Amino acid sequence: MPAPDDIGILAKTIRNLHYHVPMWFSMIILLVVSYIYGIKFLSSGNLQHDSMSSSFVKVSMLFGLMGLVTGSFWARFTWGTWWIEDAKLNGAAIGMLIYIAYYILRNSIEDENQRGKFSAVYNLFAFPIYIVLIIIYPRMAETSLHPASGDTIAFSSLDLDNDLRKVFYLAGLGWILLGVWVASLKYRLTELKRIDEEI
Amino acid sequence: MRKYSWITLLLGYTALAQTPVDDFFYQSGKIYVVIAILVIIFSLIMFYLVRLDKKITKLEKDRNEA
Repeated sequence: MPAPDDIGILAKTIRNLHYHVPMWFSMIILLVVSYIYGIKFLSSGNLQHDSMSSSFVKVSMLFGLMGLVTGSFWARFTWGTWWIEDAKLNGAAIGMLIYIAYYILRNSIEDENQRGKFSAVYNLFAFPIYIVLIIIYPRMAETSLHPASGDTIAFSSLDLDNDLRKVFYLAGLGWILLGVWVASLKYRLTELKRIDEEI
Repeated sequence: MRKYSWITLLLGYTALAQTPVDDFFYQSGKIYVVIAILVIIFSLIMFYLVRLDKKITKLEKDRNEA
């Protein structure tokens, strides 16, 4: 794996760039798909669209969780702590709570059509707030330990000979495709269950 | 520089902060941190996929019995 080996506290952990960061990429792509299908459900009322939307949110939160856990582990051996009061970390944690509330909202409504409508409308507002919390707010913060937010530079400035990029773009694409695959499996399962209940 | 957790500072046992687990992950240019992260991601994805598979198998069984 081409990567520089001696970047201060990072040392060889710079390779985590290919794992930790694409988790968040996949999560955002899955949420975008879910958002589109949420809007589609609102205009069509087709329950397939609702299954699609909810399945993609659920799998996106698996990726979000993996992003948080891997980030925390990485921080332990570079910053020296599992968690720290930081715009990026707290923004991501609060953001994920918004989508945990999405599950609670869905589970609290019995009627399928109403559940679909409520969660699609919730999603409509949740997604922009989420993006603000995990990307825009940390970037505007005065200080942050996390790369590419606050006063810390992004890793792209460390990648002087473009070795990281070669792997990183491919890794990002691969993780996104894996996420979409898992989410579409989840969708097919949700649809099977729904059709079973109808019969 | 390593920071010590507040609880070890509180107890005053700063020397104890260097546990064997820490030593393990700090050696060899911290490459084991990368390995650990791969293990976390792999195990979570496998856990999720195995659960999905079980649910699908159960549905298929129910369908065949009906």
